[in-house]
Amino acid sequence: MKPISIRDMSIRFGAVTVLPKVSFDVAEGECFGLVGESGSGKSTILRCASLLLDTWSGEARIGGTSVREMSPADRCRTLQMVFQDPYGSLHPRHSVRTVLSEPLKIHHFDDHAARLEQAMIDVGLPVAFLDRYPHQLSGGQRQRVAIARALIVEPDVLFLDEPTSALDVSVQAEIINLLVRLQAEKGFTYVMVSHDLAVIDHMCDRFAVMKLGEIVEILPRSAIVGNQATHPYARELIGASLSYENAL
Amino acid sequence: MTEKTPYATRPAPDLEWLRSLRNIVLYLARTPTSAFGLLVLVVLVLAAVFCPLIATHDPYLQDLQNTLAPPGGAHYFGTDELGRDIFSRLLYGSRITLTIISLVTIVVGPIGLFVGTVAGYFGGRVDMVMMRLTDIFLSFPSLILSLAFVAALGPSLNNAIIAISLTAWPPIARLARAETMTIRKADYIAAARLQGASPARIIWRSVVPMCLPSVLIRLTLNMATVILTAAGLGFLGLGAQPPMPEWGAMIATGRRYMIDSWWLVTFPGLSILAVSLAFNLLGDGLRDALDPKQMNRR
Repeated sequence: MKPISIRDMSIRFGAVTVLPKVSFDVAEGECFGLVGESGSGKSTILRCASLLLDTWSGEARIGGTSVREMSPADRCRTLQMVFQDPYGSLHPRHSVRTVLSEPLKIHHFDDHAARLEQAMIDVGLPVAFLDRYPHQLSGGQRQRVAIARALIVEPDVLFLDEPTSALDVSVQAEIINLLVRLQAEKGFTYVMVSHDLAVIDHMCDRFAVMKLGEIVEILPRSAIVGNQATHPYARELIGASLSYENAL
Repeated sequence: MTEKTPYATRPAPDLEWLRSLRNIVLYLARTPTSAFGLLVLVVLVLAAVFCPLIATHDPYLQDLQNTLAPPGGAHYFGTDELGRDIFSRLLYGSRITLTIISLVTIVVGPIGLFVGTVAGYFGGRVDMVMMRLTDIFLSFPSLILSLAFVAALGPSLNNAIIAISLTAWPPIARLARAETMTIRKADYIAAARLQGASPARIIWRSVVPMCLPSVLIRLTLNMATVILTAAGLGFLGLGAQPPMPEWGAMIATGRRYMIDSWWLVTFPGLSILAVSLAFNLLGDGLRDALDPKQMNRR
């Protein structure tokens, strides 16, 4: 629904420059992947662009407006994030109903009951689960709740920070199919961080390979199968992933 | 869809709350030491509520014909130097003790929680200012500081309560701050921020519920200190004023007759001992009962 454009994003923590200068564009309705080894700055990009970290320089525009210039309420209703660990991203003492109705109260939405019900249906959870607490849900169900929480404010852009890496393989597939379905239904723009090239291959149109905070190459999905990357690091990464899959 | 009745909204969370309260009480009753603490407190509360019914005499009624009578059938715990019944005075004294504990807790809990969570959540300069303020209060021994406050405000029960409150909040604030700092980087706080929740809302809705169990435990353990400080102030004549039957003050006046009439100081002393011990044991039990791992197991 809204394109994303990131220009010269750079951040440093003390003496360490985590992102030197990162730029990339995501078209509206596209799913864009970020891959790379641990510590290569993938999640940091999402945290910067969502202003969870705000000591960075550069520019991040969503739908033409800089995220820094949006009012907090606008920004929340433009972009939402799904976190890696569904065990840590839901408040242990809040029921699903509380988790989902909080954003409705903050943004003064009407008709809470219907919206809660619709959000649960959207992510494929029984409506009766509204009164459950996180410890009464499985990992996959928790991640669905986390997705529902992101959806309920009707954002245009969803940041997915390794949404499946904490989950079992079969549950991963469910969550990925759910995300694909939601994108088809609502036309979200996704930026997805993942270690798993198979997940990227399944979901993303294009992806960026990152190393030490820099994007070494941006490739289309079709480049995975024949390992058509040109940069040696990207070739190595894709090659390793392919040989791992062949070994299985 | 339109015909669906709205869900029963409220009862479920309330039931959850009641159930966890019942679980906590059951857990406490299963452990002998905390069961003892609970029992003493129940007795204390019952004594405070029903003391006009239980008391055998008027706690203020003097009987100069019958001073310093030893414990016996007419006066269970004997009489004091003005012939007042010590048993009845102890019962009425439980009201004063309970008043002190509850008022101090009501004042100290919210202040400590507020200072701690705000300092911990915002960090940086806010944290710096609030924690240095806390340090100033912490750097005095609490009894000395309360003495100074009472001396400045004038001796009375209410001033003693104010003085104790002023000295009792810093440990709570420290605790709440430490707890807040461990969770402020959690993903659910990040999620709340992304959803546009204001800092006040995040602190109230997300941080405070996580700090509450440890603060409650700490408050319970603190109550023993509060009782001792109140008794100490009473003993020094700076707390409850005569003829109020405050336990510390009773010991103070009984001290002069201690050699001949042991019952004047023994029974108030035992009451203070039992109640502060009970709060300590209960606090220990609560620590186990409110442990999240224990909660999840149920």
